[in-house]
Amino acid sequence: MPRRNLISIEDLTRGDVELLLDTAESFLPVLERDIKKVPTLRGRTIINVFWEASPRTSASFDLAAKRLSADTLVFRGSALGDPHGEALKDVAITLDAYSPDIVILRHPSAGACRVLAANTRASVINAGDGGHQDPTQCLLDLFALRQSLGRDLDGRRVFIIGDILHSRVARSGIMGFKMLGMDVTLVAPPTLLPRGIEEMGVDVRHDLSELGDADVVYLLRVESDLTEPGAAYLPSLREYARVWGISSARLRPGQRLMHPGPLNRGVEISADAADGENLIASQVFSGLAVRMAILYRTVIGYSDGTATREAL
Amino acid sequence: MERTWCKPLPAADLLITGGRVVDPESGLDDLLDVLVGDGRIVQVGTGLEAGDDVRVVDATGMLVLPGFVDLHAHFRTPGREDEEDIATASAAAAAGGYVAVLGMANTEPVVDSAHTLRGLARQAQDEAVVPLGFYAAITRGLEGRQLTEMCELDEAGAAAFSDDGRPLPTAAIMRRALQYGKMSGRFMALHAEDPSLTAGGQMHEGPASARLGLAGIPSISESLEVARALGVAAYEDAGLHLCHVSTADSVQAIAHAKEAGLRVTTEATPHHLTLVDECVASLDPNLKMSPPLRSESDREALVEALRSGLIDCVATDHAPHAPEEKDVPFEEAPFGCIGLETAFSVLYGGLVASKALDLATLVTRMSAAPARIAGLPAPSVSAGATADLCIVDPSAVWTVTPASLQSRSCNSPWLGQELTGKVRLTVAAGRVAWDDLA
Repeated sequence: MPRRNLISIEDLTRGDVELLLDTAESFLPVLERDIKKVPTLRGRTIINVFWEASPRTSASFDLAAKRLSADTLVFRGSALGDPHGEALKDVAITLDAYSPDIVILRHPSAGACRVLAANTRASVINAGDGGHQDPTQCLLDLFALRQSLGRDLDGRRVFIIGDILHSRVARSGIMGFKMLGMDVTLVAPPTLLPRGIEEMGVDVRHDLSELGDADVVYLLRVESDLTEPGAAYLPSLREYARVWGISSARLRPGQRLMHPGPLNRGVEISADAADGENLIASQVFSGLAVRMAILYRTVIGYSDGTATREAL
Repeated sequence: MERTWCKPLPAADLLITGGRVVDPESGLDDLLDVLVGDGRIVQVGTGLEAGDDVRVVDATGMLVLPGFVDLHAHFRTPGREDEEDIATASAAAAAGGYVAVLGMANTEPVVDSAHTLRGLARQAQDEAVVPLGFYAAITRGLEGRQLTEMCELDEAGAAAFSDDGRPLPTAAIMRRALQYGKMSGRFMALHAEDPSLTAGGQMHEGPASARLGLAGIPSISESLEVARALGVAAYEDAGLHLCHVSTADSVQAIAHAKEAGLRVTTEATPHHLTLVDECVASLDPNLKMSPPLRSESDREALVEALRSGLIDCVATDHAPHAPEEKDVPFEEAPFGCIGLETAFSVLYGGLVASKALDLATLVTRMSAAPARIAGLPAPSVSAGATADLCIVDPSAVWTVTPASLQSRSCNSPWLGQELTGKVRLTVAAGRVAWDDLA
């Protein structure tokens, strides 16, 4: 069986996505047992390479692998500029010597997964590479939405609000939402929208006047460095919160509020919205099931839809 | 929403008789009477009559014009009230025939917060005899590094955005400003200057500066920056207003941009339209301004561009300075001159009398054109409109002296000189704001 990587949502067909989501759903009973573990990937080796700190994603992948009984290790890479830094290529060659089945990579630079994939026999799963892609985030978001809205997402409207320009979550999200037939609207000040993004088949707005049309309100983290002198993407977080921040008062009942985390309370999301009804915890939970499904399918293969049941 | 403010003077009731009404907006140029009731123009026609309690203004031999709008003045408030304040700036505006004036944000402190802007609005409501509006800065403290909270400033009533007095230091910050500013409907006014080329400069670079031994400010210090700004605006499909255009090569660049469909508007000052670098030979510090007085060929290009509409409007860049600041050697003086009270006289006497410009065109460039750029109603001497008009005695000769000026400062290039044409009465927002006839 050929090696299967997951670097971009574009590596998946709609059928693949649905298979992954169905597989994740079949893992749900495991996560509700007293003993939350299956032997499916016993003896398999999964390495988490985290080139930038991401405690949430690292924890999710690590736990997903452990739930499937794989042997896991976390490797914290450091850039060449650091005293103990080395090239990603050399790390890839080193880790490949352990014959891992899967290497998961989080890296600050777009294109890192490509370097890794070229230097390992393992399957590569992208846990976020710069502003490029975060496919597992997209899949877990789709899973959380299916759990909340039902399996058919066709025609549902999602508003993605925040720093689209720097967001890998936005890019993989747009692709995934559209793949399942959703309408995508981006809302951000013009300074935080990449030029030409409309070509991805999305609507672009600069304010929240049409927010009422949204079934799903998807917030992105807005970092304080956007306001730094010289950067000048935003005048202030205060103005961002005033114009684009989401509080419960700006939502209508039934709208599903999502955020990939970590939250900036008081900036893109108010405390009442963060503590109110939303899908944020469901996204985290979905992350575990979906990442189990991804690890499982990456090792076992995407073709056989019945394999899951046998594995359990 | 309101973006200009003045104090609630009593609404005017006037019958203006026998004046030559020149109103390009309504196509009028005729000897007509104008009846103003409760601050609005009730009727424009011949043989009009009014009740005994209505003041009759005999405008025989005078011009009755739509009031002027200035997109570019410095009120020096807050911070330098010794040079100008809201009351004196608006009085100077009224004496110049202006019915709305916008003040730049380079005050102390800079107008870069909604709080400061609201304070100015309240002050104008208490003190201004002519509606005044206020620019907010594009960048905090005019430092060219962080954008101001333009969404909030827009809601607080900012007339527009400008860092006038300073250029935006990089194309990147200019780009972000144009992008972010798109969300407000307000225009963005850029002071185009490459400081690396103007550093140390005292006057226009050319034969006059060579002869006088003063460091030059080359025309390219403006035109290169104009070209860059136009390039960024075109790329971002953003509107742009260029302040105080002064050179022929800037005019060229603007012509190309307008042909290409760019939403660019521009202004030129009365002094750049009538004076040249050779005038600086007197070393009068009141002739030191930024951008500097340019060459005669630049001036001619500006006049032609104003005539054709390539330059959309006249703006004064009224820049008061205290006597102690200007009463120094030319090289030590700050840049800037006042202009609100002399603008029409200078342009009427300098360009209309010599037939370089016809009166109707001058009126449009001083009234309706700038009003449209600012999103204000275009003043018009026609029935139903708010009374925003002025009466000018075109043959009156007057001498510019400190005592003749309403401004707190007197740093006029024409100080001590005789000008032809004097504003006698100004009705702004339906109220008599200047009355030199009573």
